[in-house]
Amino acid sequence: MKLEHKIIVDWINEGASVLDLGCGDGELLSILVKEKNVFAQGTEIDEQKVYKCVEKGLSVYHEDIDAGLSEHPDGSFDFLILSESLQQTKRPDYVVNEALRVGKNLIVSFPNFGRYSIRFQILIRGKVPVTPALPYEWYDTPNLHFLSISNFFDYCRIKNVKIKETAYVTDGKRVNLIPNLRAETGIFLLSKGN
Amino acid sequence: MTDQKTHAVLQNATKSFSFGNPPNELVLESGDRLGPVTLAYETYGELDASRSNAILVCHALSGDAHAASLGNPNVPQGWWDSMIGPRKAIDTDRYFVICSNVIGGCKGSTGPSSINPKTGKQYGSDFPIITVKDMVNAQRHLVDSFKIEKLLCVLGGSMGGMQALQWMVTYPDRLRSAIPIATTMKHSPQQIALDEVGRQSIMGDPNWRGGAYYGHVPPVRGLAVARMVGHITYMSDVSMNEKFGRKTRSPAKESSKFEPVFEVEKYLEYRGDDFVKRFDANSYLYITKAMDYFDILDSKSLGEVFRGLRAKVMVIAFKSDWLYPSYQSKEIVKACKLAGIEATYCEVSSTYGHDAFLLKVDEETHLIKHFLNSVQNGNNSTKNKGFLLNDEARAQNNR
Repeated sequence: MKLEHKIIVDWINEGASVLDLGCGDGELLSILVKEKNVFAQGTEIDEQKVYKCVEKGLSVYHEDIDAGLSEHPDGSFDFLILSESLQQTKRPDYVVNEALRVGKNLIVSFPNFGRYSIRFQILIRGKVPVTPALPYEWYDTPNLHFLSISNFFDYCRIKNVKIKETAYVTDGKRVNLIPNLRAETGIFLLSKGN
Repeated sequence: MTDQKTHAVLQNATKSFSFGNPPNELVLESGDRLGPVTLAYETYGELDASRSNAILVCHALSGDAHAASLGNPNVPQGWWDSMIGPRKAIDTDRYFVICSNVIGGCKGSTGPSSINPKTGKQYGSDFPIITVKDMVNAQRHLVDSFKIEKLLCVLGGSMGGMQALQWMVTYPDRLRSAIPIATTMKHSPQQIALDEVGRQSIMGDPNWRGGAYYGHVPPVRGLAVARMVGHITYMSDVSMNEKFGRKTRSPAKESSKFEPVFEVEKYLEYRGDDFVKRFDANSYLYITKAMDYFDILDSKSLGEVFRGLRAKVMVIAFKSDWLYPSYQSKEIVKACKLAGIEATYCEVSSTYGHDAFLLKVDEETHLIKHFLNSVQNGNNSTKNKGFLLNDEARAQNNR
């Protein structure tokens, strides 16, 4: 199991209801069903990936994250997950807001744009970075927004979002020291602030 | 003698089930009473000891009980042969499949062309108005006769999907899952309008005789034109282009300047003429009316309609279907979200239009096969969280 997935699985309690926004082929949801016996529901825009989810016995909405979220009642899921998908939504601020309304908790993971190798590529090479966590060229990337771990801390402070847990990962290992410079991926467990 | 229920063999694999002998008639939504009621039905596969592997397949406007031939060369192809059979998506080695002709139909079930026991003649226009709910209530009697407490799944496309939705609402405790395909929670003005053109065509045919044409020449012209309109709505612009283009064929004889010349005209003519041989015009009127009256919400809010339902649902739409556009399927999904029902939605990118649900579309087969598999294996199916909704969410449901 990918360390990113393991961290998320550890944060989710047994039997919880989970909505994975941008669930891809359902890998994480499948693990959650097996390990934590969750009520699993996914959202995925790619038709072929929807077929993969159904093949795994998962329930998935074939729709855009931005479009379908508003239809869910308040607090109707214990956990919402945005695993590597927030940066691909058209309106991330709206999505986080809605996700915090629908989910009692929200887990967000994203590729950290503050990492030294990315800074290096921009600063020295003068090019938009291509890294293992951000493997796309500028002309065919699904990523519409780029953010760093520091950016996300700022965001949570400004928007009064409560950060309950954080984890940082590079190359399948935990990063604890200066994560904004060293981590490939930031993972946050959030809930609504007071 | 009263409340007697009987099963009999009609022809080929088609059997019949009768119930509702007076004074225990089927009470219709209109308040009228209909009885005795006969349902033509077929079954495929074996009902298991726990009676938990039964799937009810519901047909569309012009369908019948003969859903599958199971590869038997001595019976005609069923309307869903590509889906039902050994090792197919609806695997008859695993599931017990039931398909019945709807009431109001003309393929062995009680309808306007059946004999009215009160007069000894065909009902014609004396047949009461029936609704999708009435169709489903009749099916429920058939399901009861097999002592099946809970269906593994109820599924169907178009009007078959309406029946699946009706089962979800009227008998939420009698099914573990449902697959409404290419369907809607209520007929839109466009759908009603298209049906009305078909009905006017039939009723405008002098041979219709107010519905009392039995024993005379039936209104074949009117019914054929109704079917032609129908077929246009079942295809898409793309599929018509691919199938016909602007190809022409020389007319058989120089009888008229307006003889059909284009392939598409010939096709519609053929479809219309073929249909009148196998379908009753009055049934067409009654069944299209049932579809037009269909409104599963019935003044309930979207959040209320599936309340209490604990089933797994899969909604399928087709991108090129303009008769039942995907926004109508998304409404069903929205109602599932509000009720906290575990649901799958897929908009399949097919170019076949509304027809796609009946054709051999691999994506649809794949979805149904794996969905049924997960329901039978209990994957998540007992974990419906509808009952977990908090008060706040419930309040919102009532909006």
